Amino acid sequence: MSTTELSAETTTATKPNLLAIINSRHGLRLITAGTLLLVLLSITRLITGADDLTSSGTMGTTLRLTVPILLAGLAGLWSERVGIVNIGIEGMMIFGTWFGAYGAWQFGPWVGLLMGVGGGAIGGLIHAVATVRFNVDHVISGVALNLLAAGGMRYMSELVFVGKKGGGISQSPPRKSAIPTFDVPFLAGGKLFGWKSPDMLGSIEDKHWFVISDLAGILRGFAFGMSWATLLALCLVPLTAWVLWRTRFGLRLRSSGEAPFAAESLGVKVTRVRYLGVIISGSFAGLGGAYLSVVSFSAYRQGQTAGRGYIGLATMIFGNWRPSGVLGGAMLFGFSDALKLRRDDSIPALFLFISFIAALVMVLSIYRKRLIPGVLAGAFGVLFLVTYLTVNKVPSSLTQATPYLVTLLVLATASQHLRPPAYAGRPYRPGESH
Amino acid sequence: MVEETRIPVADGVGRGLSKLMTPKLHNSKNGLITTASSIAAVLLALVISGIMLKLTGKDPIAAYRKMIETGFQSDKMLEALQRATPLMLSAVAVAIGFKMNLFNIGVEGQYLFAALIAAVVGAAVSLPAPLHVAFILVVAMAAGAFWAGIAAVLKVKRGVNEVIATIMLNYVALSVIQWLFDSFFRDSSKSDLNVKTKILPRSAWMPDLASGRLSSMFIVALVMVFAYWIVVFKSRFGFRLRASGLNSVAARTAGISSNRMIFTALIISGAVAGLVAMPSVLGDIHAYGQGVPDGLGFAGIAVALLGRNHPVGIIAAAMLYGFLDATAGVLQIQHVPSSIIDVIKAIIVLTVVIVNEAVTRWMNRRTAARTSMALQAATPVGALA
Repeated sequence: MSTTELSAETTTATKPNLLAIINSRHGLRLITAGTLLLVLLSITRLITGADDLTSSGTMGTTLRLTVPILLAGLAGLWSERVGIVNIGIEGMMIFGTWFGAYGAWQFGPWVGLLMGVGGGAIGGLIHAVATVRFNVDHVISGVALNLLAAGGMRYMSELVFVGKKGGGISQSPPRKSAIPTFDVPFLAGGKLFGWKSPDMLGSIEDKHWFVISDLAGILRGFAFGMSWATLLALCLVPLTAWVLWRTRFGLRLRSSGEAPFAAESLGVKVTRVRYLGVIISGSFAGLGGAYLSVVSFSAYRQGQTAGRGYIGLATMIFGNWRPSGVLGGAMLFGFSDALKLRRDDSIPALFLFISFIAALVMVLSIYRKRLIPGVLAGAFGVLFLVTYLTVNKVPSSLTQATPYLVTLLVLATASQHLRPPAYAGRPYRPGESH
Repeated sequence: MVEETRIPVADGVGRGLSKLMTPKLHNSKNGLITTASSIAAVLLALVISGIMLKLTGKDPIAAYRKMIETGFQSDKMLEALQRATPLMLSAVAVAIGFKMNLFNIGVEGQYLFAALIAAVVGAAVSLPAPLHVAFILVVAMAAGAFWAGIAAVLKVKRGVNEVIATIMLNYVALSVIQWLFDSFFRDSSKSDLNVKTKILPRSAWMPDLASGRLSSMFIVALVMVFAYWIVVFKSRFGFRLRASGLNSVAARTAGISSNRMIFTALIISGAVAGLVAMPSVLGDIHAYGQGVPDGLGFAGIAVALLGRNHPVGIIAAAMLYGFLDATAGVLQIQHVPSSIIDVIKAIIVLTVVIVNEAVTRWMNRRTAARTSMALQAATPVGALA
């Protein structure tokens, strides 16, 4: 996948400049890993002929599928960083889809997104009142919020959408118009003052050269047919990282999630900060929902979120409660989802790719004199190689499971050093620690 | 989950005091207050929902009156129990996880997977009636345990967070079920549009308690809740489970392996989850196919939380939910969208926990105030304990 930009983007979120990234061992390792993955992906593409693996179209779809999950993951991040576990993201997203579609139908897409943010924020406020003010168990409140949103929005649909043109119990009338997209001039052939500039990346991509075309394809996915809403959502990743780790406000936010009593003793208004964090969390989830009903589709549909709130929560844990990690997890998910959507025959290519990675892990493990993991990885690689050689077509019902299986696979094989915010989910009452 | 996570606030005043201030649910007086406050909370939820109805131009009084009028007729009461049956099972499955500090969101996938396997295996064997039913129940439990076991292995061996694993496995289960169903188990002998697996032989049909109204799975569900109470609250294993769930480090010092407890808890949870769809598979459809309800796993989470993972609480919460579901249809006739029932259910969860929280806090404060008065009267600390 797009590991190279990913590593660049992720590290800029935490490190101040490019030079520092290259100097730091961590950054160097990320870039090496990214390059290796790209080369493997390219080899896989050449062997299997599955050009869709790194095409700009796949990358574009990846981005569109990534955004709602990314926003859900960031929503979880904002909430858990202030110490409130948020199982209710799904419900806040449902608020977002409904209010987003309502706004887009009545006033236009941008107002729709804004109303979605508002709807999500209301969900966040409810969660905050229950958990921060009344100290209710966070999971209970979140589960209740999910139920409330699902039932409440169905109720509202029956009252508001039934009888309107294109609307009904389970769907809203379509949006007024779509949010415009843009192509970057020169890179992806975008227009410049009415003149159509050359499509540099596109022409390289079409050559199907080793590595270079893959890189071009991946980059072009970011430059071609990009929705302004997608760009906005992607910008929220570095913004979140900057606010949480580089500002005084962010320090206060995180301190209420790590050690609220200590924060309180230093004069942080933990209750207020937590309210803010959870409401911001709701806004992110609401935007994610509105993206679904305004950008991905043209109307609200019942069950549109399809568990993306939970998946976002999973990417947050997967990403170790960090914005860059959330982006990585969401993109991994979006990528495997996109592959499955575009061409079914890309899935067997994925088997070969996984066996390559297993081989790489085997070599690394044996090099580090760790025999048993090395042998296991080797066996795993052989298994996937055999699967690739024998299976020609995976039934479409099974390809549906690709993103979920890939996520499980990555989690099961990658070594994990997860560290949640120390006080997330624990009961806290101001002034109780004497 | 709620009551245990609360940490006694007093320290340095003496053990007797902190003991006094720790809320105890099995204390009969406290139990009474919890019940009273829960009923008050349900009423409060109805008031809030009534305001919502009023604001959207509906008549709440008429709607509630209709719900009560029809809800307490005998056939609606039976329907409520019938609807409560899978909720009890699902809630017990979730609660076992909660007692070990595990959040099993995967009940959904576990029971759907188990339903398919149980229906297929059950149709393939022939046994005398009571044995056949029992055999299918065991198969369902094994299949549910197997699906939960994947998450358990991932958690114990690879440290994969069980929340992610079970969420992902829910989706994987849907795909696997679809694939198995389409490629192997679809009954192609009938050109029926209503696609299902092979119909179970008569000997595998669960008899009804009240014909067409209430399946005897209701009894099985009650037995499972009772078993949950015995195993988790009264047995040595249950003590270890709860100890490990409350503080795995402390439990490990006492020689309780938290990994083993995680594994066992998830397996048992999955086994109980396997039974959730059995009322429909054995009592209604007699196969796996259209009509096997979904969403019961998520509903079970709400019921377990509403019932505070306590056996009596789970039964009460499941019956309340069953009652509300059973009356939903009546509202539609009154031109009130029946989805208001879901709103009421959600608001009940919120008000019950908020009111209980507020009441416990008030009682703690009162106890603390009384204790401090007693202390000021120079009573020795020892006398309090």
